[in-house]
Amino acid sequence: MKQSKQDKTHNSFMQRKKGFNSLDRLMPIILAIIAGISVLTTIGIIVILITESAGFFQAVSITEFLFGTEWTPLFADPRFGVLPLIMGTFMITLVASIVALPIGFGSAIYLSEYAPKKVRNFLKPILEILAGIPTIVYGFFALTFITPIIKLVIPQTDLFNALSAGIVVGIMIIPMISSLSEDAMNAVPNSLRYAAYAMGSTKLEVALKVVVPAAFSGIVASFVLGLSRAIGETMIVTLAAGALPNMDFDFLKSIQTMTAYIVTTSQGDTAYGSVEYRTIYAVGITLFVITLLMNILAGYISRKFREEYE
Amino acid sequence: MKQLDAERQMKRRKRKNTIFHVLFLSSTLFGIVALGMLLIQILSDGLGWLDWDFLTNNASRKAERSGIKAAIAGTLWMMSITAPLSFIIGVSTAIYLEEYAKKNWFNRFIQTNIANLAGVPSIVYGLLGLTIFVRVFGFGKSVLAGSLTMTLLILPIIIVASQEAIKAVPVTQRNASFALGANRWQTIIRVVLPSALPGILTGSILSFSRAVGETAPLIVVGAVAYITTLPSGVFDKFTVMPIQIYTWANLPQEEFHHVAAAGIIVLLFMLLTMNAIAIFLRNKYQKKN
Repeated sequence: MKQSKQDKTHNSFMQRKKGFNSLDRLMPIILAIIAGISVLTTIGIIVILITESAGFFQAVSITEFLFGTEWTPLFADPRFGVLPLIMGTFMITLVASIVALPIGFGSAIYLSEYAPKKVRNFLKPILEILAGIPTIVYGFFALTFITPIIKLVIPQTDLFNALSAGIVVGIMIIPMISSLSEDAMNAVPNSLRYAAYAMGSTKLEVALKVVVPAAFSGIVASFVLGLSRAIGETMIVTLAAGALPNMDFDFLKSIQTMTAYIVTTSQGDTAYGSVEYRTIYAVGITLFVITLLMNILAGYISRKFREEYE
Repeated sequence: MKQLDAERQMKRRKRKNTIFHVLFLSSTLFGIVALGMLLIQILSDGLGWLDWDFLTNNASRKAERSGIKAAIAGTLWMMSITAPLSFIIGVSTAIYLEEYAKKNWFNRFIQTNIANLAGVPSIVYGLLGLTIFVRVFGFGKSVLAGSLTMTLLILPIIIVASQEAIKAVPVTQRNASFALGANRWQTIIRVVLPSALPGILTGSILSFSRAVGETAPLIVVGAVAYITTLPSGVFDKFTVMPIQIYTWANLPQEEFHHVAAAGIIVLLFMLLTMNAIAIFLRNKYQKKN
Protein backbone atom coordinates (compact mmCIF):
# COMPACT_ATOMS: atom_id res chain seq x y z
CA MET A 1 0.00 0.00 0.00
CA LYS A 2 1.29 3.39 -0.96
CA GLN A 3 1.39 6.10 1.61
CA SER A 4 -0.29 9.30 0.62
CA LYS A 5 1.82 12.44 0.52
CA GLN A 6 -0.06 13.86 3.45
CA ASP A 7 0.67 10.80 5.57
CA LYS A 8 4.36 11.09 4.79
CA THR A 9 4.46 14.70 5.85
CA HIS A 10 2.54 13.80 8.94
CA ASN A 11 4.94 10.95 9.75
CA SER A 12 8.05 13.03 9.33
CA PHE A 13 6.41 15.73 11.39
CA MET A 14 5.68 13.24 14.15
CA GLN A 15 9.24 11.94 13.96
CA ARG A 16 10.70 15.39 14.28
CA LYS A 17 8.35 16.13 17.13
CA LYS A 18 9.47 12.94 18.84
CA GLY A 19 13.09 13.90 18.26
CA PHE A 20 12.55 17.28 19.82
CA ASN A 21 10.63 15.79 22.72
CA SER A 22 13.41 13.36 23.59
CA LEU A 23 15.91 16.21 23.20
CA ASP A 24 13.71 18.23 25.53
CA ARG A 25 14.02 15.49 28.14
CA LEU A 26 17.73 14.88 27.51
CA MET A 27 19.08 18.41 27.33
CA PRO A 28 18.53 19.49 30.94
CA ILE A 29 20.51 16.45 32.07
CA ILE A 30 23.37 17.14 29.63
CA LEU A 31 23.42 20.82 30.54
CA ALA A 32 23.38 20.05 34.27
CA ILE A 33 26.40 17.78 33.82
CA ILE A 34 28.26 20.54 31.96
CA ALA A 35 27.27 23.03 34.66
CA GLY A 36 28.94 20.67 37.12
CA ILE A 37 32.35 21.55 35.61
CA SER A 38 32.43 24.79 37.59
CA VAL A 39 31.75 22.85 40.79
CA LEU A 40 34.48 20.35 39.84
CA THR A 41 36.88 23.26 39.33
CA THR A 42 36.28 24.48 42.86
CA ILE A 43 36.60 21.00 44.30
CA GLY A 44 39.77 20.52 42.24
CA ILE A 45 41.32 23.73 43.56
CA ILE A 46 40.53 22.91 47.18
CA VAL A 47 41.58 19.25 47.01
CA ILE A 48 44.87 20.04 45.26
CA LEU A 49 45.80 22.86 47.59
CA ILE A 50 45.04 20.73 50.65
CA THR A 51 46.67 17.45 49.55
CA GLU A 52 49.81 19.06 48.12
CA SER A 53 50.33 21.37 51.07
CA ALA A 54 49.63 18.46 53.46
CA GLY A 55 52.95 17.00 52.32
CA PHE A 56 54.56 20.33 53.09
CA PHE A 57 53.06 20.55 56.56
CA GLN A 58 54.35 17.08 57.39
CA ALA A 59 57.86 18.43 56.97
CA VAL A 60 57.30 21.92 58.34
CA SER A 61 55.18 22.72 61.37
CA ILE A 62 52.22 25.04 60.84
CA THR A 63 53.51 27.20 63.69
CA GLU A 64 56.81 27.79 61.91
CA PHE A 65 54.99 28.50 58.65
CA LEU A 66 52.52 30.99 60.09
CA PHE A 67 54.75 32.76 62.59
CA GLY A 68 58.29 32.36 61.25
CA THR A 69 59.86 35.63 60.16
CA GLU A 70 62.29 34.23 57.60
CA TRP A 71 61.41 32.84 54.18
CA THR A 72 64.46 31.18 52.61
CA PRO A 73 63.15 27.83 51.28
CA LEU A 74 65.88 27.44 48.65
CA PHE A 75 68.82 28.03 50.99
CA ALA A 76 71.03 25.23 52.35
CA ASP A 77 69.47 25.86 55.75
CA PRO A 78 65.89 26.55 54.72
CA ARG A 79 63.45 28.68 56.75
CA PHE A 80 59.75 28.46 56.04
CA GLY A 81 58.13 31.45 57.76
CA VAL A 82 55.49 32.91 55.41
CA LEU A 83 55.26 36.27 57.22
CA PRO A 84 57.77 38.10 54.96
CA LEU A 85 55.68 37.16 51.90
CA ILE A 86 52.50 38.29 53.63
CA MET A 87 54.27 41.49 54.65
CA GLY A 88 55.28 42.12 51.03
CA THR A 89 51.74 41.48 49.85
CA PHE A 90 50.40 43.80 52.55
CA MET A 91 52.79 46.60 51.55
CA ILE A 92 51.72 46.39 47.92
CA THR A 93 48.06 46.37 48.94
CA LEU A 94 48.57 49.35 51.25
CA VAL A 95 50.17 51.51 48.53
CA ALA A 96 47.58 50.35 46.00
CA SER A 97 44.69 51.27 48.29
CA ILE A 98 46.13 54.71 49.04
CA VAL A 99 46.17 55.31 45.27
CA ALA A 100 43.00 53.52 44.23
CA LEU A 101 40.42 54.05 46.99
CA PRO A 102 40.21 57.88 46.94
CA ILE A 103 40.66 58.13 43.17
CA GLY A 104 38.21 55.34 42.38
CA PHE A 105 35.70 56.78 44.84
CA GLY A 106 36.11 60.32 43.48
CA SER A 107 35.71 59.29 39.89
CA ALA A 108 32.63 57.21 40.79
CA ILE A 109 31.03 60.30 42.35
CA TYR A 110 31.97 62.40 39.34
CA LEU A 111 30.61 59.90 36.82
CA SER A 112 27.38 59.23 38.69
CA GLU A 113 26.57 62.70 40.13
CA TYR A 114 28.41 65.46 38.28
CA ALA A 115 29.16 64.36 34.73
CA PRO A 116 26.74 65.35 31.99
CA LYS A 117 25.50 62.30 30.11
CA LYS A 118 27.64 63.04 27.06
CA VAL A 119 30.84 63.39 29.08
CA ARG A 120 30.04 60.21 30.98
CA ASN A 121 29.44 58.24 27.80
CA PHE A 122 32.81 59.44 26.57
CA LEU A 123 34.85 58.89 29.76
CA LYS A 124 33.47 55.54 30.85
CA PRO A 125 34.63 53.48 27.87
CA ILE A 126 38.13 54.94 28.25
CA LEU A 127 38.22 53.77 31.88
CA GLU A 128 37.05 50.37 30.63
CA ILE A 129 40.10 50.18 28.36
CA LEU A 130 42.26 50.71 31.45
CA ALA A 131 40.58 47.67 32.99
CA GLY A 132 41.32 45.53 29.93
CA ILE A 133 45.07 46.16 29.79
CA PRO A 134 47.05 43.01 30.66
CA THR A 135 48.90 43.14 33.98
CA ILE A 136 52.19 42.32 32.25
CA VAL A 137 51.87 45.67 30.46
CA TYR A 138 51.30 47.42 33.78
CA GLY A 139 54.37 45.66 35.16
CA PHE A 140 56.47 46.91 32.26
CA PHE A 141 55.08 50.41 32.82
CA ALA A 142 56.04 50.27 36.51
CA LEU A 143 59.55 49.09 35.73
CA THR A 144 60.36 51.46 32.87
CA PHE A 145 58.34 54.57 33.74
CA ILE A 146 57.28 54.83 37.40
CA THR A 147 60.49 53.45 38.93
CA PRO A 148 62.77 55.91 37.06
CA ILE A 149 60.54 58.79 38.23
CA ILE A 150 60.75 57.62 41.86
CA LYS A 151 64.53 57.22 41.51
CA LEU A 152 64.72 60.77 40.24
CA VAL A 153 63.09 62.02 43.43
CA ILE A 154 64.71 59.54 45.84
CA PRO A 155 67.98 58.33 44.29
CA GLN A 156 68.66 55.49 46.76
CA THR A 157 65.53 53.62 45.62
CA ASP A 158 66.12 50.03 44.48
CA LEU A 159 65.47 49.19 40.82
CA PHE A 160 62.85 46.75 42.11
CA ASN A 161 60.77 48.31 44.87
CA ALA A 162 57.41 47.99 46.58
CA LEU A 163 56.37 51.61 46.01
CA SER A 164 56.46 51.56 42.21
CA ALA A 165 54.67 48.20 41.97
CA GLY A 166 52.07 49.28 44.55
CA ILE A 167 51.28 52.53 42.71
CA VAL A 168 50.73 50.67 39.46
CA VAL A 169 48.61 47.95 41.13
CA GLY A 170 46.55 50.88 42.43
CA ILE A 171 46.15 52.30 38.92
CA MET A 172 45.08 48.85 37.75
CA ILE A 173 42.24 48.54 40.28
CA ILE A 174 40.91 52.12 39.87
CA PRO A 175 38.47 51.16 37.07
CA MET A 176 37.12 48.25 39.09
CA ILE A 177 36.46 50.32 42.22
CA SER A 178 35.12 53.22 40.19
CA SER A 179 32.70 51.15 38.14
CA LEU A 180 31.38 49.03 41.06
CA SER A 181 30.92 52.10 43.28
CA GLU A 182 29.21 53.93 40.43
CA ASP A 183 26.80 51.02 39.98
CA ALA A 184 25.91 51.26 43.67
CA MET A 185 25.37 55.03 43.41
CA ASN A 186 23.27 54.70 40.26
CA ALA A 187 20.99 52.31 42.14
CA VAL A 188 20.02 55.12 44.52
CA PRO A 189 16.63 56.40 43.30
CA ASN A 190 16.41 59.94 41.95
CA SER A 191 13.53 60.81 44.26
CA LEU A 192 16.04 60.97 47.13
CA ARG A 193 18.23 63.36 45.15
CA TYR A 194 15.29 65.58 44.17
CA ALA A 195 14.14 65.74 47.79
CA ALA A 196 17.59 66.96 48.85
CA TYR A 197 17.78 69.49 45.99
CA ALA A 198 14.34 70.77 46.97
CA MET A 199 15.73 71.51 50.42
CA GLY A 200 18.36 73.70 48.76
CA SER A 201 21.33 71.32 48.86
CA THR A 202 24.33 71.73 46.62
CA LYS A 203 25.47 68.88 44.40
CA LEU A 204 28.26 68.07 46.84
CA GLU A 205 25.80 67.83 49.73
CA VAL A 206 23.50 65.59 47.74
CA ALA A 207 26.43 63.38 46.78
CA LEU A 208 28.07 63.09 50.20
CA LYS A 209 25.04 63.28 52.52
CA VAL A 210 22.41 61.41 50.51
CA VAL A 211 23.85 59.28 47.72
CA VAL A 212 27.02 57.99 49.39
CA PRO A 213 25.32 56.93 52.65
CA ALA A 214 22.56 55.25 50.65
CA ALA A 215 25.09 53.40 48.46
CA PHE A 216 27.51 52.81 51.32
CA SER A 217 27.40 49.03 51.39
CA GLY A 218 28.04 48.78 47.66
CA ILE A 219 30.95 51.22 47.91
CA VAL A 220 32.58 49.33 50.80
CA ALA A 221 32.08 46.05 48.94
CA SER A 222 33.83 47.53 45.89
CA PHE A 223 36.76 48.57 48.13
CA VAL A 224 37.10 45.08 49.60
CA LEU A 225 36.92 43.46 46.15
CA GLY A 226 39.52 45.90 44.84
CA LEU A 227 41.89 45.05 47.69
CA SER A 228 41.34 41.35 47.09
CA ARG A 229 42.34 41.91 43.45
CA ALA A 230 45.48 43.75 44.63
CA ILE A 231 46.42 40.83 46.90
CA GLY A 232 46.03 38.29 44.08
CA GLU A 233 47.75 40.42 41.42
CA THR A 234 50.83 38.67 40.10
CA MET A 235 52.68 39.99 37.08
CA ILE A 236 53.09 43.63 38.18
CA VAL A 237 54.71 42.58 41.45
CA THR A 238 56.78 39.82 39.85
CA LEU A 239 58.23 42.25 37.34
CA ALA A 240 58.54 45.45 39.38
CA ALA A 241 58.71 44.58 43.10
CA GLY A 242 61.57 42.11 43.01
CA ALA A 243 62.23 38.82 44.74
CA LEU A 244 63.67 39.56 48.19
CA PRO A 245 61.29 38.48 50.94
CA ASN A 246 61.89 40.66 53.98
CA MET A 247 60.11 42.18 56.95
CA ASP A 248 61.71 45.64 56.82
CA PHE A 249 58.61 47.60 55.84
CA ASP A 250 60.77 49.76 53.56
CA PHE A 251 58.81 50.74 50.47
CA LEU A 252 61.90 51.71 48.50
CA LYS A 253 63.47 48.28 48.78
CA SER A 254 62.88 45.08 46.89
CA ILE A 255 60.29 42.78 48.44
CA GLN A 256 58.48 39.60 47.47
CA THR A 257 54.77 38.87 47.54
CA MET A 258 52.99 35.53 47.81
CA THR A 259 52.00 35.55 44.14
CA ALA A 260 55.44 36.58 42.92
CA TYR A 261 57.00 33.75 44.93
CA ILE A 262 54.74 31.18 43.28
CA VAL A 263 55.56 32.43 39.77
CA THR A 264 59.29 32.66 40.35
CA THR A 265 59.59 29.28 42.02
CA SER A 266 57.44 27.41 39.51
CA GLN A 267 59.80 28.66 36.78
CA GLY A 268 62.86 27.31 38.56
CA ASP A 269 64.04 23.73 38.69
CA THR A 270 63.02 22.58 42.17
CA ALA A 271 62.53 18.80 42.16
CA TYR A 272 58.93 17.66 41.80
CA GLY A 273 57.58 16.39 45.13
CA SER A 274 60.30 17.95 47.30
CA VAL A 275 59.49 20.19 50.25
CA GLU A 276 60.76 23.23 48.32
CA TYR A 277 58.44 22.33 45.45
CA ARG A 278 55.48 22.00 47.79
CA THR A 279 56.05 25.50 49.19
CA ILE A 280 54.20 26.88 46.18
CA TYR A 281 51.08 25.01 47.28
CA ALA A 282 51.45 26.09 50.91
CA VAL A 283 51.75 29.71 49.78
CA GLY A 284 48.94 29.10 47.28
CA ILE A 285 46.51 27.89 49.92
CA THR A 286 47.38 30.89 52.13
CA LEU A 287 46.66 33.24 49.24
CA PHE A 288 43.48 31.37 48.33
CA VAL A 289 42.11 31.49 51.89
CA ILE A 290 42.85 35.23 52.28
CA THR A 291 41.22 36.24 48.98
CA LEU A 292 38.28 33.87 49.53
CA LEU A 293 37.58 35.39 52.96
CA MET A 294 37.73 38.89 51.47
CA ASN A 295 35.38 37.99 48.62
CA ILE A 296 32.93 36.41 51.05
CA LEU A 297 33.19 39.53 53.24
CA ALA A 298 32.44 41.78 50.25
CA GLY A 299 29.40 39.66 49.35
CA TYR A 300 28.23 39.72 52.96
CA ILE A 301 28.57 43.50 53.24
CA SER A 302 26.67 44.21 50.06
CA ARG A 303 23.86 41.78 51.00
CA LYS A 304 23.62 42.59 54.70
CA PHE A 305 23.64 46.36 54.50
CA ARG A 306 21.83 46.83 51.22
CA GLU A 307 19.17 49.49 51.45
CA GLU A 308 16.09 48.36 49.56
CA TYR A 309 14.27 51.02 47.58
CA GLU A 310 10.80 50.64 46.10
CA MET B 1 22.57 91.07 59.57
CA LYS B 2 21.14 87.56 59.57
CA GLN B 3 20.56 87.67 55.85
CA LEU B 4 24.20 88.54 55.25
CA ASP B 5 25.22 85.52 57.30
CA ALA B 6 23.00 83.24 55.26
CA GLU B 7 24.36 84.67 52.04
CA ARG B 8 27.93 84.17 53.17
CA GLN B 9 27.16 80.64 54.17
CA MET B 10 25.53 79.93 50.82
CA LYS B 11 28.60 81.27 49.06
CA ARG B 12 30.82 79.03 51.13
CA ARG B 13 28.73 75.96 50.35
CA LYS B 14 28.81 76.77 46.67
CA ARG B 15 32.55 77.28 46.70
CA LYS B 16 33.02 73.98 48.48
CA ASN B 17 30.89 72.35 45.82
CA THR B 18 33.06 73.80 43.06
CA ILE B 19 36.28 72.68 44.75
CA PHE B 20 35.01 69.13 45.10
CA HIS B 21 33.66 69.15 41.55
CA VAL B 22 37.22 69.80 40.38
CA LEU B 23 38.61 67.13 42.74
CA PHE B 24 36.17 64.48 41.53
CA LEU B 25 36.80 65.40 37.90
CA SER B 26 40.56 65.17 38.40
CA SER B 27 40.15 61.71 39.97
CA THR B 28 38.43 60.59 36.81
CA LEU B 29 41.05 62.23 34.65
CA PHE B 30 43.84 60.62 36.69
CA GLY B 31 42.98 57.21 35.30
CA ILE B 32 42.77 58.57 31.79
CA VAL B 33 46.05 60.46 32.07
CA ALA B 34 47.71 57.30 33.42
CA LEU B 35 46.37 55.37 30.43
CA GLY B 36 47.68 58.06 28.10
CA MET B 37 51.14 58.04 29.68
CA LEU B 38 51.25 54.26 29.52
CA LEU B 39 50.40 54.24 25.81
CA ILE B 40 52.82 57.05 24.95
CA GLN B 41 55.62 55.39 26.91
CA ILE B 42 55.12 52.06 25.17
CA LEU B 43 54.70 53.52 21.70
CA SER B 44 57.83 55.67 22.04
CA ASP B 45 59.80 52.72 23.40
CA GLY B 46 58.66 50.11 20.96
CA LEU B 47 57.42 51.63 17.72
CA GLY B 48 60.92 51.93 16.28
CA TRP B 49 61.53 48.23 16.83
CA LEU B 50 58.28 47.08 15.34
CA ASP B 51 58.83 45.92 11.78
CA TRP B 52 58.10 42.98 9.53
CA ASP B 53 61.15 41.08 10.81
CA PHE B 54 59.88 41.41 14.37
CA LEU B 55 56.60 39.77 13.40
CA THR B 56 58.22 36.93 11.45
CA ASN B 57 61.30 36.11 13.56
CA ASN B 58 61.44 33.68 16.44
CA ALA B 59 62.86 34.54 19.85
CA SER B 60 66.59 35.10 19.80
CA ARG B 61 69.38 35.84 22.26
CA LYS B 62 70.15 38.94 20.20
CA ALA B 63 67.76 41.83 20.65
CA GLU B 64 67.81 43.02 17.03
CA ARG B 65 66.98 39.54 15.74
CA SER B 66 64.26 38.78 18.28
CA GLY B 67 60.77 38.31 16.98
CA ILE B 68 57.36 37.41 18.24
CA LYS B 69 56.29 34.82 15.67
CA ALA B 70 56.38 31.79 18.00
CA ALA B 71 54.47 33.70 20.67
CA ILE B 72 51.75 34.78 18.23
CA ALA B 73 51.48 31.20 16.98
CA GLY B 74 51.28 29.91 20.57
CA THR B 75 48.57 32.41 21.47
CA LEU B 76 46.55 31.40 18.39
CA TRP B 77 47.00 27.69 19.18
CA MET B 78 45.86 28.24 22.75
CA MET B 79 42.84 30.31 21.75
CA SER B 80 41.78 27.76 19.11
CA ILE B 81 41.11 25.35 22.00
CA THR B 82 40.19 27.77 24.79
CA ALA B 83 37.68 29.88 22.85
CA PRO B 84 35.30 27.15 21.56
CA LEU B 85 35.59 25.03 24.71
CA SER B 86 34.92 27.85 27.18
CA PHE B 87 32.13 29.16 24.94
CA ILE B 88 30.32 25.81 24.82
CA ILE B 89 30.73 25.04 28.52
CA GLY B 90 29.94 28.61 29.59
CA VAL B 91 26.80 29.03 27.49
CA SER B 92 25.54 25.54 28.44
CA THR B 93 25.96 26.32 32.12
CA ALA B 94 24.18 29.66 31.70
CA ILE B 95 21.26 28.01 29.85
CA TYR B 96 20.97 25.39 32.57
CA LEU B 97 20.99 27.95 35.37
CA GLU B 98 18.59 30.38 33.69
CA GLU B 99 16.16 28.07 31.89
CA TYR B 100 16.11 24.75 33.73
CA ALA B 101 17.45 25.06 37.25
CA LYS B 102 14.83 25.12 39.97
CA LYS B 103 15.42 27.42 42.88
CA ASN B 104 16.81 24.79 45.25
CA TRP B 105 19.91 24.72 47.41
CA PHE B 106 21.98 22.85 44.82
CA ASN B 107 21.48 25.41 42.08
CA ARG B 108 22.01 28.27 44.50
CA PHE B 109 25.23 26.51 45.47
CA ILE B 110 26.37 26.38 41.81
CA GLN B 111 25.59 30.08 41.47
CA THR B 112 27.52 31.09 44.62
CA ASN B 113 30.33 28.82 43.53
CA ILE B 114 30.64 30.60 40.15
CA ALA B 115 30.72 33.99 41.87
CA ASN B 116 33.51 32.77 44.15
CA LEU B 117 35.48 31.25 41.26
CA ALA B 118 35.49 34.63 39.55
CA GLY B 119 37.35 36.02 42.56
CA VAL B 120 40.03 33.31 42.76
CA PRO B 121 43.46 34.80 41.86
CA SER B 122 44.60 33.62 38.43
CA ILE B 123 47.83 32.19 39.83
CA VAL B 124 45.77 29.62 41.79
CA TYR B 125 44.35 28.43 38.46
CA GLY B 126 47.97 27.97 37.44
CA LEU B 127 48.51 25.61 40.39
CA LEU B 128 45.33 23.76 39.43
CA GLY B 129 46.44 23.38 35.81
CA LEU B 130 49.94 22.31 36.79
CA THR B 131 48.68 19.59 39.10
CA ILE B 132 45.66 18.27 37.18
CA PHE B 133 46.53 18.73 33.51
CA VAL B 134 50.33 18.61 33.53
CA ARG B 135 50.85 15.93 36.21
CA VAL B 136 47.70 13.87 36.81
CA PHE B 137 46.45 13.74 33.20
CA GLY B 138 50.03 13.67 31.96
CA PHE B 139 49.62 16.28 29.21
CA GLY B 140 53.02 17.74 30.08
CA LYS B 141 53.86 21.41 29.62
CA SER B 142 51.80 21.47 26.45
CA VAL B 143 49.42 23.67 24.48
CA LEU B 144 46.60 21.43 25.70
CA ALA B 145 47.41 21.83 29.41
CA GLY B 146 47.69 25.61 29.01
CA SER B 147 44.46 25.89 27.01
CA LEU B 148 42.45 23.85 29.50
CA THR B 149 43.77 25.93 32.40
CA MET B 150 42.78 29.11 30.59
CA THR B 151 39.35 27.64 29.81
CA LEU B 152 38.63 27.11 33.50
CA LEU B 153 39.96 30.60 34.28
CA ILE B 154 37.63 32.51 31.96
CA LEU B 155 34.64 30.20 32.40
CA PRO B 156 33.03 32.16 35.29
CA ILE B 157 33.16 35.40 33.27
CA ILE B 158 31.48 33.81 30.24
CA ILE B 159 28.82 32.14 32.42
CA VAL B 160 27.88 35.37 34.19
CA ALA B 161 27.81 37.39 30.95
CA SER B 162 25.68 34.74 29.21
CA GLN B 163 23.28 34.60 32.15
CA GLU B 164 22.78 38.36 31.94
CA ALA B 165 22.12 38.13 28.20
CA ILE B 166 19.63 35.26 28.64
CA LYS B 167 17.86 37.06 31.48
CA ALA B 168 17.41 40.09 29.23
CA VAL B 169 15.24 38.12 26.75
CA PRO B 170 11.64 39.09 27.57
CA VAL B 171 9.38 36.38 29.04
CA THR B 172 6.72 37.32 26.50
CA GLN B 173 8.89 35.92 23.70
CA ARG B 174 9.19 32.60 25.50
CA ASN B 175 5.44 32.50 26.20
CA ALA B 176 4.67 33.23 22.55
CA SER B 177 6.83 30.28 21.57
CA PHE B 178 5.15 28.00 24.11
CA ALA B 179 1.74 29.14 22.89
CA LEU B 180 2.64 27.93 19.39
CA GLY B 181 3.24 24.47 20.82
CA ALA B 182 7.02 24.56 21.08
CA ASN B 183 8.60 22.72 23.97
CA ARG B 184 11.25 24.22 26.23
CA TRP B 185 14.28 23.08 24.24
CA GLN B 186 12.81 24.34 20.95
CA THR B 187 12.09 27.65 22.65
CA ILE B 188 15.64 27.91 23.93
CA ILE B 189 17.27 27.01 20.61
CA ARG B 190 15.01 29.03 18.33
CA VAL B 191 13.87 31.98 20.41
CA VAL B 192 16.00 32.61 23.49
CA LEU B 193 19.49 31.92 22.12
CA PRO B 194 19.19 33.91 18.86
CA SER B 195 17.90 36.83 20.84
CA ALA B 196 20.61 36.57 23.54
CA LEU B 197 23.47 35.79 21.15
CA PRO B 198 24.86 39.33 20.68
CA GLY B 199 25.08 39.77 24.45
CA ILE B 200 26.67 36.35 24.87
CA LEU B 201 29.21 37.08 22.13
CA THR B 202 30.11 40.46 23.60
CA GLY B 203 30.84 38.91 26.98
CA SER B 204 32.72 35.99 25.47
CA ILE B 205 34.99 38.13 23.30
CA LEU B 206 35.86 40.28 26.32
CA SER B 207 36.78 37.18 28.31
CA PHE B 208 38.81 35.80 25.37
CA SER B 209 40.81 39.02 25.41
CA ARG B 210 41.38 38.41 29.10
CA ALA B 211 42.79 34.98 28.24
CA VAL B 212 45.07 36.44 25.56
CA GLY B 213 46.56 38.89 28.05
CA GLU B 214 46.85 36.54 31.02
CA THR B 215 50.40 35.55 31.98
CA ALA B 216 50.83 34.11 35.47
CA PRO B 217 48.87 30.84 35.25
CA LEU B 218 50.60 29.89 32.00
CA ILE B 219 54.03 30.46 33.52
CA VAL B 220 53.08 28.14 36.38
CA VAL B 221 51.71 25.56 33.95
CA GLY B 222 55.08 25.73 32.24
CA ALA B 223 54.83 27.62 28.97
CA VAL B 224 58.42 28.54 28.12
CA ALA B 225 59.79 31.65 26.51
CA TYR B 226 62.56 30.46 24.19
CA ILE B 227 60.85 28.50 21.47
CA THR B 228 62.55 28.06 18.13
CA THR B 229 59.99 25.84 16.47
CA LEU B 230 56.27 26.50 16.25
CA PRO B 231 53.94 24.03 17.95
CA SER B 232 52.60 21.51 15.46
CA GLY B 233 50.14 19.78 17.77
CA VAL B 234 48.35 20.15 21.07
CA PHE B 235 50.98 18.17 22.97
CA ASP B 236 53.85 20.44 21.90
CA LYS B 237 55.59 22.98 24.07
CA PHE B 238 54.54 26.54 23.46
CA THR B 239 54.85 30.15 24.51
CA VAL B 240 52.36 33.02 24.39
CA MET B 241 52.78 36.74 23.81
CA PRO B 242 52.56 37.91 27.45
CA ILE B 243 55.17 35.37 28.57
CA GLN B 244 57.50 36.39 25.75
CA ILE B 245 57.06 40.03 26.79
CA TYR B 246 57.70 39.14 30.44
CA THR B 247 60.94 37.38 29.52
CA TRP B 248 62.16 40.31 27.43
CA ALA B 249 61.23 42.84 30.11
CA ASN B 250 63.11 40.78 32.70
CA LEU B 251 66.40 40.82 30.77
CA PRO B 252 68.94 43.36 32.01
CA GLN B 253 69.98 44.70 28.57
CA GLU B 254 68.29 47.98 27.65
CA GLU B 255 67.63 46.89 24.02
CA PHE B 256 65.35 44.11 25.20
CA HIS B 257 63.10 46.69 26.84
CA HIS B 258 62.45 48.08 23.38
CA VAL B 259 61.77 44.58 22.09
CA ALA B 260 59.33 44.06 25.00
CA ALA B 261 57.60 47.35 24.17
CA ALA B 262 57.27 46.29 20.54
CA GLY B 263 55.71 43.03 21.74
CA ILE B 264 53.30 44.97 23.94
CA ILE B 265 52.21 47.05 20.93
CA VAL B 266 51.33 43.85 19.04
CA LEU B 267 49.49 42.46 22.08
CA LEU B 268 47.55 45.67 22.72
CA PHE B 269 46.65 45.94 19.04
CA MET B 270 45.17 42.45 19.18
CA LEU B 271 43.24 43.19 22.39
CA LEU B 272 41.92 46.55 21.19
CA THR B 273 40.71 44.88 18.00
CA MET B 274 38.84 42.29 20.06
CA ASN B 275 37.37 45.01 22.30
CA ALA B 276 36.31 47.01 19.26
CA ILE B 277 34.48 43.96 17.89
CA ALA B 278 32.74 43.50 21.24
CA ILE B 279 31.69 47.17 21.37
CA PHE B 280 30.50 47.00 17.76
CA LEU B 281 28.34 43.96 18.57
CA ARG B 282 26.94 45.63 21.68
CA ASN B 283 26.00 48.80 19.80
CA LYS B 284 24.41 46.90 16.95
CA TYR B 285 22.39 44.88 19.41
CA GLN B 286 21.30 47.90 21.44
CA LYS B 287 20.01 49.65 18.33
CA LYS B 288 17.73 46.73 17.50
CA ASN B 289 15.83 46.98 20.76
